[in-house]
Amino acid sequence: MAEIALRDIRKSYGPTEVIHGVSADIADGELIVIVGPSGCGKSTLLRMVAGLETVTAGSIAIGGRVVNDLEPRERDIAMVFQNYALYPHMSVFDNMAYGLKIAGISKSDIAAKVNDAARMLELEPYLARKPRQLSGGQRQRVAMGRAIVRSPSAFLFDEPLSNLDAKLRVQMRLEIKALQRKLGVTSLYVTHDQVEAMTLADRMIVMNEGVAEQIGTPLEVYNNPATTFVAGFIGSPPMNFLDAERLRSVLARQGPNRLDRAVTIGIRPEHVERTTVGNGLLDATVAFIEALGAETLLHLKTDAGETVVVRSANPEETVRPGERIGLKAVPDHLFAYDADGRRVASED
Amino acid sequence: MQKRVTFNNKWLPYLLLAPQIVVTIVFFFWPAGQAIYQSAFIPDPFGLSTQFVGLGNFEFLLSDPYYLSSFGTTAIFSFFVTLISMSFALWLAVMTDRVIKGSGPYRTLLVWPYAVAPAIAGVLWLFMFNPSIGILPWYLAQVGYDWNHTLNGGEAMTLVILAAAWKQISYNFLFFLAGLQSIPRSVIEAAAIDGASFWKRFRTIVFPLLAPTTFFLLVVNVVYAFFETFGVIHTITAGGPQQSTTILVYKVYADGFVGQDLGSSAAQSVILLIIVGLLTVVQFRYIERRVHY
Repeated sequence: MAEIALRDIRKSYGPTEVIHGVSADIADGELIVIVGPSGCGKSTLLRMVAGLETVTAGSIAIGGRVVNDLEPRERDIAMVFQNYALYPHMSVFDNMAYGLKIAGISKSDIAAKVNDAARMLELEPYLARKPRQLSGGQRQRVAMGRAIVRSPSAFLFDEPLSNLDAKLRVQMRLEIKALQRKLGVTSLYVTHDQVEAMTLADRMIVMNEGVAEQIGTPLEVYNNPATTFVAGFIGSPPMNFLDAERLRSVLARQGPNRLDRAVTIGIRPEHVERTTVGNGLLDATVAFIEALGAETLLHLKTDAGETVVVRSANPEETVRPGERIGLKAVPDHLFAYDADGRRVASED
Repeated sequence: MQKRVTFNNKWLPYLLLAPQIVVTIVFFFWPAGQAIYQSAFIPDPFGLSTQFVGLGNFEFLLSDPYYLSSFGTTAIFSFFVTLISMSFALWLAVMTDRVIKGSGPYRTLLVWPYAVAPAIAGVLWLFMFNPSIGILPWYLAQVGYDWNHTLNGGEAMTLVILAAAWKQISYNFLFFLAGLQSIPRSVIEAAAIDGASFWKRFRTIVFPLLAPTTFFLLVVNVVYAFFETFGVIHTITAGGPQQSTTILVYKVYADGFVGQDLGSSAAQSVILLIIVGLLTVVQFRYIERRVHY
């Protein structure tokens, strides 16, 4: 058990800096998800915590101990890899026992720990098998088992569910969450899947181009995205962005407000409501309709050519493509962003 | 399921196979048949007539102390050539695998010796170790060691082993490097996180995962040491001194073409043929199946 402190972490490959100073404090027992698109530096950040990449500048402390110059094996961490990274020539039992054997733990203790973990992960019938004789989900569990038998002070997950099919992914996601709760081990979890991030995280770090754009609980991030990037990345379908200039006159009619300095106005699909033509913020033409059963997504085109997606709870929408409708916003759910994509400070 | 190709013309498949079959017959079955045939005869000293002796040549060979000691020589020679060339190549490959910057030039340089013809390699080492003008005997003399492989059988053996092994290192290196690079990086990283030091990882993860490559190279190297080192031995020691470096293949040549005992030489070829056959069986039984995990 330990807290992890990242202080202004930087990483350069030659002259190219890929991580531009990330700081975060991860509390003991917390599950933090680092989420971002591919190439945003999230895996590199995790690998630096693991000791698989050197840290160019800044410091990483695990349990109050700065580990920058320690070998991975001296950091008391366990990692679950995207491709599981099981030892192909060893049985499931030996895979889980490997780290314990190296640590010089007695044979009987190793057997006890491995059997405990196997029971927890329902791997008992497979202990004698080789990894290639297991299914993807089972391999993933072995990788988890290998991590938990060593009772490390932190778990690191590097996109552990990416190689699983969609159904198994949802199931394993819940299992990981339950296991982490049960063991209470500080965890860092990297993923590019925002749904995974939302469901797993105690808090999440949204990364883009080597910068932590926002750190917060999933709902904080969802309800108050700090930048247009976060707003567009978290949530599906993503937030709609509209040019503030053209909306200014309409907004002014509703009285003075904090949207005055905005360059971009963001609004989530569920916060757009339909109204009659000419009575809302703007009018748009229905481009196409996606009926998802529980809800319906309306894809609209504004007169300026912007795309707006509206999430409608009505499963049987009556609008047809080509129809013109008016759009208004649920009050207080408009987000204002400046020219750099940063949230305009709230005045109210 | 493999799809069967059907030909409209009955003779076309035979025609298409003909070149391969002709090459195999002319360069393999015919000489092999000749060897088997000749191994049953003894020619007279002038080569004017031959006398049928049945298995007499084999009987004589297997009771000939020189021939039996040549087996021992071959065993020592191939054991050390294989051991040295494989272990050194593995060491180089592991080191090269760790190099991040500029590994290209390293690899190229390490592969070059493979392009050197065996006879040239032999001459190269011969010059370096020449007792009167060689550079290494001169250094050895400085530290009080008198090197003369033309008189000392052990030194001659050492020299041909070194030359033959050196020649094969490049080949082994390439395969080992490819083998190392096919091991997923994350498996090694997982072991590092599990607490294994570099050597521990090598022993428990890398080496076992290299087993298929190692086994393949083992067979290839034994075959190389047995059959393809003629040029090296011929240029450096010519089998001497006192037959101390006469391996089986060299004895086939020495007895047949120098000693003019074609019957015995043919019988030796037949024995080698059997050895090749056995090695091939081993190769197919184990390599085709691969060392699995």
